[in-house]
Order: sequence, then C-alpha cells, then structure tokens
Amino acid sequence: MAEVKKPKIEITDGALIPGKDSDAVFSAWRISFFGALSLIILLPIITPDPYRRIIAFLPDGILRTFEVTVLSIFFAFFIGLITGLGRISRIKIINRIATIYVEVIRGIPLLVQIFYIYYALGRFLKIPDIASAVIAMAVCYGAYLGEIFRAGIQSIPKGQMEAALALGMSRSQALRRIILPQTIRLVLPPVGNEFIALLKDSSLVSILAVSDLLRRGREFASRTFDYFETYTMVALIYLVITLFLSRLVAIMEERLQKGER
Amino acid sequence: MKDRVRVIDATKYFDKVLALRNVNITVRTGEVVLVIGPSGSGKSTLLRCVNRLENLNKGKIWIDEDEVTKPKADIRKIREEVGMVFQSFNLFPHLTAIQNITLAPHIVKKIPEKQAVEKARALLNRVGLIEKADSYPGQLSGGQQQRVAIARALAMDPRVMLFDEPTSALDPEMIKEVLDVMLDLAREGMTMLVVSHEMGFAKAAANKVIFMDNGEVIESADPETLFNNPHEERTKKFLAHIL
Ligand SMILES: Nc1ncnc2c1ncn2[C@@H]1O[C@H](COP(=O)(O)OP(=O)(O)OP(=O)(O)O)[C@@H](O)[C@H]1O
Ligand SMILES: [Mg+2]
Repeated sequence: MAEVKKPKIEITDGALIPGKDSDAVFSAWRISFFGALSLIILLPIITPDPYRRIIAFLPDGILRTFEVTVLSIFFAFFIGLITGLGRISRIKIINRIATIYVEVIRGIPLLVQIFYIYYALGRFLKIPDIASAVIAMAVCYGAYLGEIFRAGIQSIPKGQMEAALALGMSRSQALRRIILPQTIRLVLPPVGNEFIALLKDSSLVSILAVSDLLRRGREFASRTFDYFETYTMVALIYLVITLFLSRLVAIMEERLQKGER
Repeated sequence: MKDRVRVIDATKYFDKVLALRNVNITVRTGEVVLVIGPSGSGKSTLLRCVNRLENLNKGKIWIDEDEVTKPKADIRKIREEVGMVFQSFNLFPHLTAIQNITLAPHIVKKIPEKQAVEKARALLNRVGLIEKADSYPGQLSGGQQQRVAIARALAMDPRVMLFDEPTSALDPEMIKEVLDVMLDLAREGMTMLVVSHEMGFAKAAANKVIFMDNGEVIESADPETLFNNPHEERTKKFLAHIL
C-alpha cells in the first residue's frame, strides 16, 4: 500500500483528554465519571434534604448553559472559519485585521470581555443579557477557533491546492471544494475540545442576569444557605457533562483517524 | 508537424537561486519529450512554468498560438488545457476515484454531471480501474492512485500532458502499470512532456530526450543518440551515474 500522508494537528487544549489508560477498567476517566455520576444519584437518596431540592432546582440552569454554549460555539465556528481564512489570506490588509483580532482577543480575559460587551455596548444599544453573553463568548472563542482553522488549513499538503489549480480551478473553488472539506474533518476533534472549554467558561456569564447552571445554584444557595451542598452538586454536574463530552470527542477523533479517507 | 509547446529563452529565479537559464525547448504535436537531469537541475520548475504554477522571470512560453506567459493571459484557461501529473499523485482524499475525475470538468468546464460521469467511467476503463470507481484514494495502491490521477488530468481534454516523475514514488512492481498507461497515451498521439528516468519508457515512447543540469539544457537528441552517444561530458557522467 502506498503511504497516504495523514495531516494531523496538535490538540492545544489538553484539558480532560482521556489518557492512554482509557481502556483500563479503572481508568482515570471511569473513576471520575462514574464516581461523579453515582454521587449525583446517591446523595439525593441518602440525604434528601437538601439534595433533592437542589437537584430539582438546577435543570433549568443546565438547559440555559447548553443554550448559551451551543449558540456561542455555532457563531464562534463561523467567526473562526473567516478568521482562519483571513489569517492565510494573501491580501495584506485582511491578513492584518485577522491577526490583530486574534492577538487582541487572546490578550483580554474572557470575564473582562463579557463585562465590556455587556456594559460598553449597553451604553449604545439595549441587547438582551443572553445575547450579549453569546456575543462575548462567540467573539472570544472565534479567535481561538480561528487559530485552529488556520493550523488545519496549513496542515493540508501543498500538493492539494496545486493539483486543484492545475485542473483549472480558481483559488476559491479549490478552497471550497478541496481544502476546507479536508480541514473540517481535521479540526472536528479540537473544535470539540473548544466546545467543552466553552461550556465550562460559560459559567462566567452567570454574572450577567443569565440563569445558567452556576447562577441557578447561587440563587438556590443564597436563599437556603446550603452553600456547600449546592456547589457540590453544581460542580458534579459540570464534571459529568464535560467528562461525557470529552469522551465523545476522543471517540470521534479515533473514528476519524481510523476511517481515514 | 506543428509545434505544440515552445519554450523560448526561459529564465527563472527563486530569490537568488537560478532554476532555469535561457531554456529553449519545443514539443511538436503528438510528440513525447523526455526531460532528464540530476536533482535540482530545474526539471520540475520547467514543467511548472508551462502551466503557470510558477512565473518566468524572462522568456516566453507558447502553446499552439497562445502565449502562456503574457501578463494578460487567462491562467485558468491555460491550466484547463494543460494536464499535470505529480510525483505524489495529489488525489483528493475526501473524494472517490470517480469524483476526483468529474469534479473539475463539472465545476470548471461546466459539463453536466451526467456527461462528466460517463466520460469519467470511460477514462477509468481506459486506465483499467473501472471497478475502483467508488473507492477512496486511501483504499488504492500507489500505482492505482497514479492511474486515477492520469485519468483526472485527461478528463479536461488537455492539449498537452505534463508528467513530473510519475513513477518515482512507486514501489517497483507498480511502475509498469503506470508506464503502460503512459505508453498507450503516447501511441494515441497525446503530446507529452515527461520528467522521468525510466529508460524503458524513454526508448519505447520518447521522440526526444533533453538533458538538463543547473537550470540549463545541456543537450537534446533522440533517445538512441543521447543514451548511447552523448556529446557532452556532463551528460556522459550523469548517464554513467543512473544506468
Ligand atoms: N519554491 C521554491 N522556492 C525556492 N527555491 C526553489 C523552489 N522550487 C525549486 N527551487 C530551487 O530551484 C532549483 C530547481 O528545482 P527543481 O525542483 O526544478 O529541480 P528538479 O530538477 O525538479 O529536481 P528533482 O529531481 O529533485 O525534483 C533547485 O535549486 C531548487 O532548490
Ligand atoms: Mg522535481
């Protein structure tokens, strides 16, 4: 068999990636995932008060967290794609703008960006809390995804573009038909990891009046003063969700590598 | 016979590196011209200038009555009519063999899907791979990939085919199947400019062999003469090296 060169890009955000031991019965992932899951189930049974009330109060927040995360990653994906293309553009000014965007955004803490968009933009136009949360997250993560896209595009062998051009395709046809379809496949796992990171960071929007998981927890705790129990539950729920998703990403990555085509 | 490709006084630099120096070459319609020479002698650069993957610093290239190198030339039109086959195949890995072949005719030449597929199937048949139409490049051997790549280039009905070391990335047992396809093409009258060191192919198909070194054409002759009675010292040395 001739060797087909497999382009591959590094996963930059190593958080929560199951390690080599992931197949072992007592792998780190299994212990943490099933441990957290059993606690979520057992605590309300063992100590109904206050855990049962907590567990009944939080689901709205989980939904809101997912809503913010999915909307944000959706927009971040397109911002990232455009930014990635901008970063490899031969047109100087586009290239420069994309680079400045990435540099500036990556240099400002997300929490500051959220405040900034909420209060600064709020002076000129009235936008709903959830919208400003999504804008802030999408703008921030768009920069990170832009770098992933750039790396992905650049890791496609040069011969692909040349073969497309040699057949008479225009650069944009070659990008659309040849380069990007291969890039998307390649970046799906790292984008999945960004999705997980974004889900965790979405807890920051609880400082706006967005009733996500963390905020629901805070509302509950400040009413009942069950701070310890509430935040235990909140943390466990975040943990189970992110561990579950990171497993999905790992499986997807494996599939994509095996079913190479 | 008329001249299909004329390279006149071609000079090409990469920054300070001279890749081509005053190169003159003609390929007549239906001719097979073979280019040989040591690594770095400018063989690939010559081919890449013919379809404008690179631009000359000086000189002109003509294909029939069209000047390829003039600034206002329609580069995409030129590339449509010049087929290129690469050492590393460069098939599109996310497309099946047949999709690799139909894509450019469909989106560049605007040939209706159905017609493009029909033609692609005929081409796959011709290179002996009709049963692999729906395979992905990753599922094909190197020799099969290169044959699909040749079919892909032929699908654009090129006026000339450029081959840049089409067999040098292949395992020995696969070289023949690719050369056979090229031989067939030559017999059918395709105009070909081929970089290759396959002596068998040269003797069987080449009308002319050109030896390049350091960006220059050192000598050119029919294969018999060039291989057996080379004039230049450098040619002799190179041939002693590869034979
Ligand atoms: N894109 C490039 N940038 C800079 N220098 C280049 C580039 N392409 C080729 N060169 C240089 O131009 C010269 C001719 O290269 P070319 O690839 O045409 O040689 P070649 O005869 O095809 O060699 P090989 O047998 O190794 O393929 C070499 O010195 C090479 O280093
Ligand atoms: Mg070369």
